[in-house]
Amino acid sequence: MSCAGGFIVLPEHFFQRQKKQAHQRRAIDRWFQRIGLLLTLMTLGILGILLLNLVGNGLMRIDWQFLTSFPSRRAGEAGVLSAWVGTLLLMMVTAGVAIPFGVAAGIYLEEYAPKNKWTDFVEINIANLAGVPSILYGLMALGLFVYQFRFGQSILSGGLALACLVLPIVIVATRESLRTIPANIREAAFALGATRWQAVWHHLLPYSTGGIATGVILAMSRAIGESAPLITIGALTFIAFLPPTPVLSHPPFLSFEWLFSPFTALPIQMFNWVSRPGEDFQPNAAAAGLILMLITLSMNGAAILLRKRAQRNIKW
Amino acid sequence: MNPQSASSEVTGGVNQSSTKVRIEKLSFFYGTHQVLKSVSMDIPALQVTALIGPSGCGKTTLLRCLNRMHDLYPGNRYEGSVHVQPDGMDILGPGMDPIQVRMRFGMVFQKPNPFPKSIYENVAYGLRLQGMNKRRDLDERVEKALREAAIWDEVKSRLHQMAHNLSGGQQQRLCIARAIATDPDVVLFDEPTSALDPIATSKIEELIVELKKRVTVLIVTHNLQQAGRISDMTAFMYLGELVEFGSTNQLFTNPSKPQTEDYISGRFG
Repeated sequence: MSCAGGFIVLPEHFFQRQKKQAHQRRAIDRWFQRIGLLLTLMTLGILGILLLNLVGNGLMRIDWQFLTSFPSRRAGEAGVLSAWVGTLLLMMVTAGVAIPFGVAAGIYLEEYAPKNKWTDFVEINIANLAGVPSILYGLMALGLFVYQFRFGQSILSGGLALACLVLPIVIVATRESLRTIPANIREAAFALGATRWQAVWHHLLPYSTGGIATGVILAMSRAIGESAPLITIGALTFIAFLPPTPVLSHPPFLSFEWLFSPFTALPIQMFNWVSRPGEDFQPNAAAAGLILMLITLSMNGAAILLRKRAQRNIKW
Repeated sequence: MNPQSASSEVTGGVNQSSTKVRIEKLSFFYGTHQVLKSVSMDIPALQVTALIGPSGCGKTTLLRCLNRMHDLYPGNRYEGSVHVQPDGMDILGPGMDPIQVRMRFGMVFQKPNPFPKSIYENVAYGLRLQGMNKRRDLDERVEKALREAAIWDEVKSRLHQMAHNLSGGQQQRLCIARAIATDPDVVLFDEPTSALDPIATSKIEELIVELKKRVTVLIVTHNLQQAGRISDMTAFMYLGELVEFGSTNQLFTNPSKPQTEDYISGRFG
């Protein structure tokens, strides 16, 4: 080693060794980057192939006739009218039940419930419920809603089964969304003399709407693709009529008869067509799948937009 | 010497004034842990009283007893009494609703915490809670509060913009406006300038001195110079006990307890 201008100058080979060593250590970085990229592309590739396959087989089949026709023995005349109407009505029941129950339960657990062994137990079980296979919800709905409550193999039973299925998702989304609100915002409201209910109603709910709505949409997009619980409670696969209309032209103007109507839904219709022998119905199945997929993707897109908006408007 | 006798020996340019809040043998327990040990002090009306002491001495805990903020969390217990004059309401009395207490004690927090709403709605919120909903009344009270918080000129042209567009110091003055809009008897400040720069801090300090003309102020501060600049009375707390309470002048220049002297001369804390 030599000294030049007060600095210790290290010999050249020292730098070479250091450089080589750094290069070697960085090799792991480079390899992980490559493998990670490969795996990501594979995942995207699978999704892409799936979409292309559906588009290739089904896109030509989607037209006005397809959307406005009942199922038929002849593939060319068959359509998804009863299926998409059924899916729409199911989602109305599911949302109508899962949103108020889930949000209320989330608010209770996060803002009101005392923290003790009992609430810990409830929390763990809600997390577990989110992981229960959907067909078990179907079995429960069959026993409880179809037979016990005598709702029959109806839209109401189906919607309630799906609501039970997604309830934990809504509860967890509500709680997480409430948890992102800082404690000092709650305290600001309480310090001005707000009750818990006023703090929730004036502040916590408005500030967490974006997060809750995101969770609700994701829950709905999970529910919309479910077929197992619906098949379990006895949704039919061949429905050549629409449920009674909810709006009447004479008093009392609203009718809830549709709740007790038999139904089918998009995934069930699709399953029915896929499982037929012969090629005739395959384009129909792909077309129904494509519609389902588009609905799910646009719901997820809406969820992302909502989250972005919520983040933009509220800063802490 | 007990703390009250210290406060009765007030000298040095501080006016003798009536007691606003009489704290008697106040103890506070977090679970089984005793955080405040039989604190007694008389907070004078229309003056600034500072609470000083090292971290963990219980000064913020004491402050938050006065608007019953501890009731929001489980496992907390109070003992003793806190009477508010002139009517003698006991804050800790049986059957006393914390919400009633909080309507008489405004609070300003350590970090500015405006609601993610408009400037106007932030100030109007306390009034709305108390049932005021006529637009004209609200407009008048919101303007009055913003003027008193010395922020009116900066925000009068954008009352309906989001409060978060304001700077930190402006947000804190907005929070002060929010706290005084409902005409509370006492405003509690919990280290209100610890998140602010020196210029914003001095504005808040001026404001607090101005506020005591119409409201009693109790302020927790880590900053001894701040206590010296703005308070009339100072209480020094240590390990959950009130060590010394007297006029700021006397406590800083001629403390009667060695612990107080050690603390204000920077030997610990």
